[in-house]
Amino acid sequence: MVLRIATAGSVDDGKSTLIGRLLHDTKTVFEDQLSAVEKASTRYGDGSLNLALLTDGLRAEREQGITIDVAYRYFATPKRTFVVADTPGHAQYTRNMVTGASASDVAIVLVDARNGLTEQTRRHLFVASLLGVKLVILAVNKMDLVDFDEATYHRIVAEATAHAQALPAPVVLNPLPISALLGDNVVDSSTNMPWFTGVPLLDLLETIEVPGDHNVGARLAVQWVIRPYSTEHHDYRGFAGRLTGGSLAIGDLLRVLPGGQQSTVIGIDRGGVPQDTAQPGEAISVQLADDIDIGRGDVLVAVVASEAPIVTDRIIADISWMVDKPLETGSRWIIKHQTRTAKAFVSAIELRHDVATATHSPAESLSLNDLGRVHLNVSVPLVIDNYDRHRPGGAAILIDEATGMTCAALMIRDSE
Amino acid sequence: MTMIDNGTQATPAEIKQSVAELEDEAITIIREVAAECRNPVLLFSGGKDSAVLLHLAAKAFRPGSLPFPVMHVDTGHNFEEVITYRDMLVEHYGVKLVVASVQASIDSGRAVEETGPRASRNRLQSVTLLDAIAEHKFDAAFGGGRRDEDKARAKERILSFRDHFGQWEPRAQRPEPWNMLNAKIRPGEHLRAFPLSNWTELDIWRYIGIENVALPSIYFSHRRTVVERNGMLLSVGGPVVLEAGEKAFEETVRYRTVGDASCTGAVRSTASNVEEVLVEVAAARITERGATRADDNFSDSAMEDRKREGYF
Repeated sequence: MVLRIATAGSVDDGKSTLIGRLLHDTKTVFEDQLSAVEKASTRYGDGSLNLALLTDGLRAEREQGITIDVAYRYFATPKRTFVVADTPGHAQYTRNMVTGASASDVAIVLVDARNGLTEQTRRHLFVASLLGVKLVILAVNKMDLVDFDEATYHRIVAEATAHAQALPAPVVLNPLPISALLGDNVVDSSTNMPWFTGVPLLDLLETIEVPGDHNVGARLAVQWVIRPYSTEHHDYRGFAGRLTGGSLAIGDLLRVLPGGQQSTVIGIDRGGVPQDTAQPGEAISVQLADDIDIGRGDVLVAVVASEAPIVTDRIIADISWMVDKPLETGSRWIIKHQTRTAKAFVSAIELRHDVATATHSPAESLSLNDLGRVHLNVSVPLVIDNYDRHRPGGAAILIDEATGMTCAALMIRDSE
Repeated sequence: MTMIDNGTQATPAEIKQSVAELEDEAITIIREVAAECRNPVLLFSGGKDSAVLLHLAAKAFRPGSLPFPVMHVDTGHNFEEVITYRDMLVEHYGVKLVVASVQASIDSGRAVEETGPRASRNRLQSVTLLDAIAEHKFDAAFGGGRRDEDKARAKERILSFRDHFGQWEPRAQRPEPWNMLNAKIRPGEHLRAFPLSNWTELDIWRYIGIENVALPSIYFSHRRTVVERNGMLLSVGGPVVLEAGEKAFEETVRYRTVGDASCTGAVRSTASNVEEVLVEVAAARITERGATRADDNFSDSAMEDRKREGYF
């Protein structure tokens, strides 16, 4: 199985160096990349091999020694394949962290051992919790700069554990002391920290168990209707989309939402190949026994589902605001939820999350990097689930009609 | 320091599963862009990534046919085998082919040919591509780009926006939480869609093996007259002319990438089928672009610079 990892840390916490170290020590770095980094290290640094240059690919990043945008990296060991979303820690930090965490199984939150928990660290833990990333690896980095001091490490872990308990949803903290620069506890156990009895980071990543998705019953948001109009497939109508929530089999009874009609599955294709069943995550097309008017945006839902979705045009959602222009009560946006695009009106801003204290306060508007909770009126009914129960049914984005920019990520909690 | 072996020991069932997951993701992206955009096109170079892309696109709409055309940006510096292969595939998938010609851009004065013995038409492709997108009013172009190819690509979103000038602005990319795609564009803009973003070179070859995707013959070992230049083996003839002091010789080679013949290098290889190529790829110590593309070795940010200009 592929493990999807998001890394987060403040500027200079050594994130890029850590990823560079993982890539380097797992032999994922190729010789030409390494020689390019050697050349660049001379140009942008003091000449010692700067592993951060392996991931900081844009010219401005290399010149300024910072990471600008989320970068994706791939590496593998004999035990597992990894995708790392490297999320930079400044400017649009929350937007980047939310984007990285949204599709991740595990978050690695880096802390500089010299500084301890910062507001950024608390923010990262909060985002992980809000986005439903339940596994967090707390990597206390730069242990070499605090003389590998055990007490310093334990103080930081205790502080983080206390903060984790105040988060909106529980996260499991896996702490470990590392030096990304020197490689301590990254791939090999550190000889400088014999007091630490846990496994190094790579071992942890190879063995960490990800809790399976919650089964709510089959859901299929229709992306496209396949109608060949050929003589051979004259009456074929395949409702194409990605199956989520639970498995599906020929003979299952599906309900079309928001319409409400029911029909039986008579065919399932995956990539044009017929199969009897389908599993969550598969891109399939489904044929139904009855001729029902179904189009893009409609959702097919198992009639015998363990949890039924809610059909509503009024939603309550946690929101991550991602652009300079503020979000205000009464403003209008485009909402994209599953395969449905509609208009949305902000009827209320319920609160702003205070990430440092894991509390909240009333708010008139939300600005770039703010996390809050909003109430939206939508122009058409949506087929929603609570985000924590079924992510695809609870996730949405807001788009600015004027600029086309994606402005917000929404984690739907309920209907109004 | 312990070195860890690369992930070559996965079982066949695990490999099949991980490749199938990538296929599900790519097909979902292709369907989404087809549904949200008015007039998409699939960019086809004849290379292995675009072969996989076309294969996936065909599967996404089966038993229906591909709801958009395929476009080849023809530099005029082609490997003969690739053109034969392109025409064979068009026939096989029954798709509509649009050819955009770099020669035509040069003839009309839109592009100016580089001079000297090392002149390449690789960079000129951007002009031809952008003109063709404007001429046919395409609002989305599928490409076979992968994030593992290059450090600038690693920062690119699945949907990549291009302004009126076809330029990419890495600092103004749209976030894609949960891989939710926002395909909204304004008049004059277009987007590039990269369904293979999360694939690696190894995944591509595994998929080719599992799905029996046909490839141009130059991807497998053959004898060829080459010249060694900047550590790369270039095929002699056509755009590649011997310079003083250079010597042509016969070698058993294959190509890891297919691009403009003037700047795409071959690698010494005896791998004659997909299984042998897989062994080679798993053991490779040099990236495919580093080994085979003179154009990416010009500078530290060669790819970023070309992408900003409108390149694939």
